[in-house]
Amino acid sequence: MILQGRQTWVFPVPPVVTATGTAVGHMESEGPLGRCFDIIHKEPWLGKESFEKAEQCLLEQACLEALKKANLDTNGVNMFLAGDLINQLSSSCFTARSLKIPFLGLFGACSTAMESLALASLLVSAGGAHTVLAATSSHNNAAEKQFRYPNEYGAQKNDTCQLTVTAAGSAVVQDVGNGPKITAVTIGAIEDMGLKDPFNMGAAMAPAAAQTIINHFKERDVAADYYDLILTGDLGRVGSKILVDLLHNAGLMVESEKICDGGVLIYSEEQKPFAGGSGCGCMAAVAYGYIYNEMLAGRLKKALLVATGALMSPLTYQQNESIPGIAHAVALEVLE
Amino acid sequence: MKKNQLSKKALEYNRLVQAQVPKPPVFLNCCKAFLVGGLICAFAQVVQFCFIYFFDFSKTNAANPTGAVMIILAIILTCMGVYDKISQWAGAGSAVPITGFANGMASAALEYRSEGFVLGVGGNMFKVAGPVIVFGVVAAFVVAIIRYIILAFIA
Repeated sequence: MILQGRQTWVFPVPPVVTATGTAVGHMESEGPLGRCFDIIHKEPWLGKESFEKAEQCLLEQACLEALKKANLDTNGVNMFLAGDLINQLSSSCFTARSLKIPFLGLFGACSTAMESLALASLLVSAGGAHTVLAATSSHNNAAEKQFRYPNEYGAQKNDTCQLTVTAAGSAVVQDVGNGPKITAVTIGAIEDMGLKDPFNMGAAMAPAAAQTIINHFKERDVAADYYDLILTGDLGRVGSKILVDLLHNAGLMVESEKICDGGVLIYSEEQKPFAGGSGCGCMAAVAYGYIYNEMLAGRLKKALLVATGALMSPLTYQQNESIPGIAHAVALEVLE
Repeated sequence: MKKNQLSKKALEYNRLVQAQVPKPPVFLNCCKAFLVGGLICAFAQVVQFCFIYFFDFSKTNAANPTGAVMIILAIILTCMGVYDKISQWAGAGSAVPITGFANGMASAALEYRSEGFVLGVGGNMFKVAGPVIVFGVVAAFVVAIIRYIILAFIA
């Protein structure tokens, strides 16, 4: 691993994503990417007594699915890096309890999806592990309960708000094996433009995504058309448009067709998802379900995955704090 | 100096955001709220007339069972998962009448059922409705005092 510039790692011997697993809820399975996901659930409870337990079950299933595809059992995994949105990372901790893999819990809000993948590749490349499992999850009802109102409460939502995705995704990162490779990582810094509206998080996170992407191109020193696709995590329809503006204003002329967003892709317009999906599970499901499969099928060669996170809590919102945004970028490429 | 630069950058960004944020249809939302709120009240009026004509309630006494009927209906709709869908369309129209208050109580009670009856349901039932009661009572006191002063002044 080589540190290039201030915040970019480039891997001369790139770690391999040998397998992925995804588990999603009903609405996600009905969306345009529905066929890319491994495990599909028809109801939000997953047969559990609480939404929190349902999310934990979702994460566990995604992890076990990835291990099954990689022909590994839990003893064959050196480390488990995971995060979610529930207080004290409950879903991740309780999944780690049942998987019994040495565990590091991570919190970067929705950016955890790529934070975990970035750190997994660092661990593998530095020789700290042969096999690392990186996973994140989110559950619509559990997130609504924690961050907003009770699920059945009739609060009117506006067009800029986003729906937390019910999904979990996991990736097996190994030092040897077949599959798309992680060639570079850029760790992002927090950007805060003073926005305070928790019902427009796409706009709060877009500057962080733009800054991380600009830094990545500068420090990795590649042309603006290097990647076939730049996938942001959950900027939604509003945030994505702002991101394109920000990149073009900064002189990074990436074609706007090459910039996609997980929150926009996961639901169709007919499902009325307001501005789109969000949550840790959004990037995980889209990257490990859709993008990974596209790469295996040979339809996609180079993708930059930029997971965005809004690092706010109901407490900081009530104390009138603005929303700090963060984004981490991981370059996933099919190398000949 | 640095702080000024930052706020200038933030202001510029705010302008960029405003250009991309879809404008909420305020007039349409007001019309929907007026329509649904009015329909709920008209329905309650029908219920009140029923109590007066079929059950021999006086006009004042009929208010209590009418309120109870509206609350029960709102709770049933909440439990069926319908009330929040109506609210998404109606906005303030379904939030302001007593049915909105019932929805706030019932939805919180449903949500925290998994944390047990005492600490879950009992402890969180007023999470949404609590502030309404607090400020409702405070406002009632203020209005009553103003009324008292005016009446004393006139007398």
